[in-house]
Amino acid sequence: MLELRDVRVEFDGFRALDGVDLTVPEGELRFLIGPNGAGKTTLIDVITGLTKPVAGAVRFAGYDLVGRKEHQIVRLGVGRTFQTSVVFEELTVVENLDLAASFRKPLWSLARRRKGVSEAVEEALARTGLEELAERSAGVLSHGQRQWLEIGMLLAQRPRLLLLDEPVAGMSSDERERTGRLLTEIADDHTVIVVEHDMEFLRRHASKVTVLHEGKVLVEGSVDQVSADPRVQEVYLGRRPSDAAVGERS
Amino acid sequence: MIKRNLPFAAIAVVALVAAPLLLEPFRLGLLAKYLCYAIVALGIGLAWGKGGMLTLGQGVFFGLGGYSMAMYLKLTEAGDGGLPDFMVWSGVEELPALWTPFANPVFALCMAVLGPVALALILGALVFRQRVRGAYFAILTQALAAAMVILLVGQQGLTGGTNGMTNFFELFGQDLAEDSTQRGLYLVVASVLGVLYLATRQLVNSRYGRLLVAVRDGEDRVRFLGYDPALVKTVTFAISAGMAGLAGALFVPVVGIISPALLGVVPSLELVVAVAVGGRHALAGAVLGAVLMGYAKTAFSEQFADGWLYLQGALFILVMTLAPKGVAGIGRSILGRLRSARAT
Amino acid sequence: MSAFVNQLPIGLSIGAVLLLIALGLTFTFGQMGVINMAHGEFIMAGAYTAFLLQDMVLALPAAFVVAGLMGLALERAAIRHFYGRPLDTLLLTWGVSLVLQQLARDLFGAPNVQVPAPSWLSGGVGILPYNRLFIMGLAIAGVVAVWVYLNRTGLGRRTQAVVQNRQLAATSGIDAGRVDMLTFFIGSGLAGVAGVALTLIGPVGPALGTYYIVDAFLVVVAGGLGQLRGAVLAAVGLGLLNSYAEFWSDASLAKVIVFAVIIAFLQVRPQGMFVLRSRVLT
Repeated sequence: MLELRDVRVEFDGFRALDGVDLTVPEGELRFLIGPNGAGKTTLIDVITGLTKPVAGAVRFAGYDLVGRKEHQIVRLGVGRTFQTSVVFEELTVVENLDLAASFRKPLWSLARRRKGVSEAVEEALARTGLEELAERSAGVLSHGQRQWLEIGMLLAQRPRLLLLDEPVAGMSSDERERTGRLLTEIADDHTVIVVEHDMEFLRRHASKVTVLHEGKVLVEGSVDQVSADPRVQEVYLGRRPSDAAVGERS
Repeated sequence: MIKRNLPFAAIAVVALVAAPLLLEPFRLGLLAKYLCYAIVALGIGLAWGKGGMLTLGQGVFFGLGGYSMAMYLKLTEAGDGGLPDFMVWSGVEELPALWTPFANPVFALCMAVLGPVALALILGALVFRQRVRGAYFAILTQALAAAMVILLVGQQGLTGGTNGMTNFFELFGQDLAEDSTQRGLYLVVASVLGVLYLATRQLVNSRYGRLLVAVRDGEDRVRFLGYDPALVKTVTFAISAGMAGLAGALFVPVVGIISPALLGVVPSLELVVAVAVGGRHALAGAVLGAVLMGYAKTAFSEQFADGWLYLQGALFILVMTLAPKGVAGIGRSILGRLRSARAT
Repeated sequence: MSAFVNQLPIGLSIGAVLLLIALGLTFTFGQMGVINMAHGEFIMAGAYTAFLLQDMVLALPAAFVVAGLMGLALERAAIRHFYGRPLDTLLLTWGVSLVLQQLARDLFGAPNVQVPAPSWLSGGVGILPYNRLFIMGLAIAGVVAVWVYLNRTGLGRRTQAVVQNRQLAATSGIDAGRVDMLTFFIGSGLAGVAGVALTLIGPVGPALGTYYIVDAFLVVVAGGLGQLRGAVLAAVGLGLLNSYAEFWSDASLAKVIVFAVIIAFLQVRPQGMFVLRSRVLT
């Protein structure tokens, strides 16, 4: 479904991605891990069109994604969330979701009066458990609720591939628990890629893991395989102190 | 629904019935002028207040509308084969080709709106697609206003130069000096403003309006919701330009003049100021601001001409520092406090 | 051909004035996200300082200090409360600009005044009149001074840090407030110097600033925010473009041509010639 071949990204000479190959088949829940600066977010940025690679190919469901604009990629069915969630504070929860669900409609039809709530919005509300907050303005939501709203907006888009960038960052353990359940549920009927730092969270939810390091794929495999791999331990425990100094972009 | 529209209906009755009956013709004419500015302000409220596009060049669109209308008026007065007065004075012997189609009132009126819309579409498409925004966009629109003025002043034979065009006598066969014509014009302006206000409000309350607010607050995020912000902004900018053009076309028969001084950098900024004073986040605030500022300007310049600039500057500094949400914002917070006081 | 060549010093000296004006704008704009419409009135203040002193040598430092202090006062009194709200500052400073213009009208009268050029600036070498050369020299001196300040002094490096990332600079112990004050002082002072330069090529009036401020902003747009080399290239380019567009078409079309060229340029370089890359999502 998603296929990256030899993707390279440079920021002013710094190689953020240095020849990444990645294949994610339909229906898979894939975790993407790696230390700060490994290129995880950059990888997501490349897939979604925010960052242009200097070389390499990104193919999704038969389409070449390189060179397409962000909104065109969304229209092909690739949706994402951001590390620091951006929701529209002046709009209510349901309006945020409704906006996410309506992008396939032509622009002029958006000017007509809204009647009721679409199925996609209701489903997103139900899945994220935000029904009771539906009419609240998004500005008053807590950090965790914002993250859920963002995931809800992603669901309302009805994408074929979901990219989640650190969905549990900054959440309490209860919230993590709930997000984990939500994630497993979503993974049942979607292809999902999750960037995550937290090994504990990974152990409980991951099926397959890709470890990035210094812009390259270090290891790929099941959680147990990956965590047993000496190279991964080296990277994470920092036995080579020189690594710590490499690119602090996360 | 009815409750929401009650204030609007009340104001509409006052504006359409009471004002023409109570105000002397001179004052009614002034009010009509303010209402023309209010139409421009409504467009600024949409583009800036809701869409976050600070446009400092609405005068350009207002001017395009005004000049289209003025060209038509001049040509009807000159009659078949005649030349407008200012052309005779500046030694033009043959009617320029650019002018000929404006003898047709339908063409002139269409151009008054479509000209600005087309310019805004082109500029918007070029600028927004390249993600030029915020302050950059504001500066570009201001530069456009500055360039437009210099162009109009320089093309004396085509545009009447610094003096612009004035001395209009009749519109569609009606004598413009007659009180009844002026009253009729006032009613037209007030109705156009009312209709546009309702339409804009409807637009703002629709999904499109929410999308516009979303583009204002997080343009990059909106891309990842599958929308093209450049398209939304360009269309909105064009709508506001169209309103300004229509306002310009109405302004000319009401006030009887169009000149570069009415549409340059300063008048364009003054309108933005009016919207800020009224409250940019509420459409009604924009309209109110334009009428208030228009009135204040007349009232103060009548008494002490120079003082107006001090007052306007000071007013502006005060509004921006103390009440950035404008009069509408103050009104809202008072209403909010009253409500919460009643609730407890 | 000779007319073509004669146009060169005119274009270059206009570019030099624009550069002096834009240096201040690009750093206040780049560093604080502030669009200061009153910047034009600092030019005017510098020009009137020259008018009052009637002495070029005294006028230059005096105009720098007068305009600089005005900028500093504006920054402290108003602008610092508006950081990160560029559009609001634009409107606020426009109010200030109106008041300053009216003040000038009340103090010096509405009609333009003429500052006599010093005798040592009359004449010239070949096609280069001394007064235009002097203006170019001023701009070069201004650029060198700003470059030395930015790259060779600790305060200047701190300024650059604030331009690049305000929050980060603040958390790493840089007093952003003091850097802002200094930037405003220097930037406004340079506008004052530009004002003195303008007395050499034309009369002085209360609205002097308004003629140059829009073009100076265009320099910032075309050059890229907070970029010294961008400002230099854009100012010279715009000055030349202005004078040659006037020469080839006529004065009334020149500004339209300049505007069209800027829009076309933005199609290739939407963020100006030089850009600081950032991954921050807005």
